[in-house]
Amino acid sequence: MSQTLYEKLWQDHVVHQQADGTALIYIDRHLVHEVTSPQAFEGLKLAGRKPWRVSSIVATADHNTPTDHWERGIEDPVSRLQVETLDANIREVGALAYFPFRDPRQGIVHVVGPESGATLPGMTVVCGDSHTSTHGAFACMAHGIGTSEVEHVLATQCLLQKRSKTMLLQVDGVLGKGVTAKDVALAIIGRIGTAGGTGYAIEFAGSAIRGLSMEGRMTLCNMAIEAGARLGLVAVDEVTIDYLRGRPFAPQGEQWERAVVAWRRLHSDPDAHFDCVVELSAADIRPQVTWGTSPEMVVPVDACVPDPASEPDPTRREGMQRALSYMGLRPNLPIREIWLDKIFIGSCTNSRIEDLRAAAGIVRGRKVAGSIRQALVVPGSGLVKQQAESEGLDQVFIAAGFEWREPGCSMCLAMNADRLEPGERCAATSNRNFEGRQGAGGRTHLVSPEMAAAAAIAGHFCDVGEWL
Amino acid sequence: MDKFVRLEGLVAPLDRANVDTDAIIPKQFLKSIKRSGFGPNLFDEWRYLDVGEPGQDNSRRPLNPDFVLNQPRYQGAQILLARKNFGCGSSREHAPWALLDFGFRAVLAESFADIFFNNCFKNGVLPIVLPATEIDALFALVGATPGYRLLIDLERQQVIRPDGRALPFAVDAFRKECLLNGWDDIGLTLRHAELIKAFEDRRRIEQPWLFA
Ligand code: SF4
Repeated sequence: MSQTLYEKLWQDHVVHQQADGTALIYIDRHLVHEVTSPQAFEGLKLAGRKPWRVSSIVATADHNTPTDHWERGIEDPVSRLQVETLDANIREVGALAYFPFRDPRQGIVHVVGPESGATLPGMTVVCGDSHTSTHGAFACMAHGIGTSEVEHVLATQCLLQKRSKTMLLQVDGVLGKGVTAKDVALAIIGRIGTAGGTGYAIEFAGSAIRGLSMEGRMTLCNMAIEAGARLGLVAVDEVTIDYLRGRPFAPQGEQWERAVVAWRRLHSDPDAHFDCVVELSAADIRPQVTWGTSPEMVVPVDACVPDPASEPDPTRREGMQRALSYMGLRPNLPIREIWLDKIFIGSCTNSRIEDLRAAAGIVRGRKVAGSIRQALVVPGSGLVKQQAESEGLDQVFIAAGFEWREPGCSMCLAMNADRLEPGERCAATSNRNFEGRQGAGGRTHLVSPEMAAAAAIAGHFCDVGEWL
Repeated sequence: MDKFVRLEGLVAPLDRANVDTDAIIPKQFLKSIKRSGFGPNLFDEWRYLDVGEPGQDNSRRPLNPDFVLNQPRYQGAQILLARKNFGCGSSREHAPWALLDFGFRAVLAESFADIFFNNCFKNGVLPIVLPATEIDALFALVGATPGYRLLIDLERQQVIRPDGRALPFAVDAFRKECLLNGWDDIGLTLRHAELIKAFEDRRRIEQPWLFA
């Protein structure tokens, strides 16, 4: 019988199935970071349990770590304790790999996993972080879990789950100038809404998706959670295999050959049935900018801030009004007339080498507008940073007036010192524009790295397609 | 985990769609390495007029009088009435921990985000999905009736209004069983340790690169 990719992955991991459909699913890779793991390690210890398979664990500290003055260590004592707790837990328990604070391979967990080859096709990948969906770009069943489940995976190497419904998100055609995977992701969320994918595993397919690099596919799957889907998927193809070849934890030699054969079946069969199909035409997608406090509040750059008065649904209308008042925007204001205070290029959505190259391409030979108070570039990992520096990208950013930082989550969620002040407006390449996300009272507009770079130069939003 | 069988409690309304986990418990409080103590910072940015930091004496902070949970009539509420897509955003279990620590044992909404929904069950908080029309009616009733209470009967899968109207709700059989008994998932799973071991051994032979 023909199967979707998700169904193949599911079937391949069922250890045991109960009569009501709840299944015990085997977990191949467990990514761990400092914020959602301390209570799990503590719980394990209190119950007198041992971790089931330490070699499944890859850990790093990312959320709390500072992005400058690493020589000073972590100055915030509460953050420091959390990072030290992870150090101590990994020291005690062990791991396949640990990239602690200041390790050259440290970085955002969703950047580190794929770049080290710890994320491989056909795996189940979990992490106490909702953007674990990122790893689905490698045809992995990858999703975020809560701390109780982190403990469950530590103790049993399994999770109790019910099968999700399947959604096919078909994007065909060629993306226009300046239109990136981020814009595809935002356009999808604008179309289906932040709850549109709830209960589904979304498979992204179609010629526009095939045309994306692994970085682009990761950006897309990263945002699947913002569409409500716990996991996003892209089938394996040559792009996937080329990306993985030679990565430190990827198989080598004869094992590589065997693995590649197994990976080539990781796609949906041609006549597989999906519970829901959504189609988008790549040519219709324009560079996107969010105007509100939910990723579904998004419009093309050449549009205007929507007017709540024309929204018939009262709950939605009220939500729009609240968002506009929080964002300090008036209805019908052209997006291009929105001026910014800060620029943030980073996060697990858009901090990989390709993102930095694209942003640097826009910035090269130009200057950040005088009205911009701060423009940050935060590479996703130490290795991304090294690579960028070897290409001279750091100098491009610095010459333009950007700050070039150490890797980490940084201003994506402002758990460290990088944040917006109340009322500040930021063009950010991250994934959430929720109230207070980047700092209490901060106002976030989600965009692609190219769009953020262009906004930094112009001081306001503009269509980056016109710059290329 | 505490058992959840029946709950009779005061209802507090939070009339917003897409309430995200950053709103439920802002990130600065995620730095804690404990599971408890998050209640005073539940909905921190809405509840207080200043910006909260971990380790503050929250009783001295200025409350936002307009925020619904600060109104005297909702003090001691155990049931939160919400709108669609409640709990969207992050996987942080600190969100249900904060709700629980504040005193909520159940959330009624039109829909929930997946991971949050799942996390609730692990902590003895019951998330209940009700049709939009019932949620609308409850918002109207709660608004109009000071001291409005509901009875939640998990065994019978019903929310019972004071006027006797029973609203049935669906709940996964296994999760229900776990809540009714206060069972710990890990203990249950480890009963299958032999099966897990056998699965793992086979997988290690078939796809050894997954075990490097
Ligand atoms: S970069 Fe942002 S979204 Fe990604 S893991 Fe870090 S905090 Fe979460």
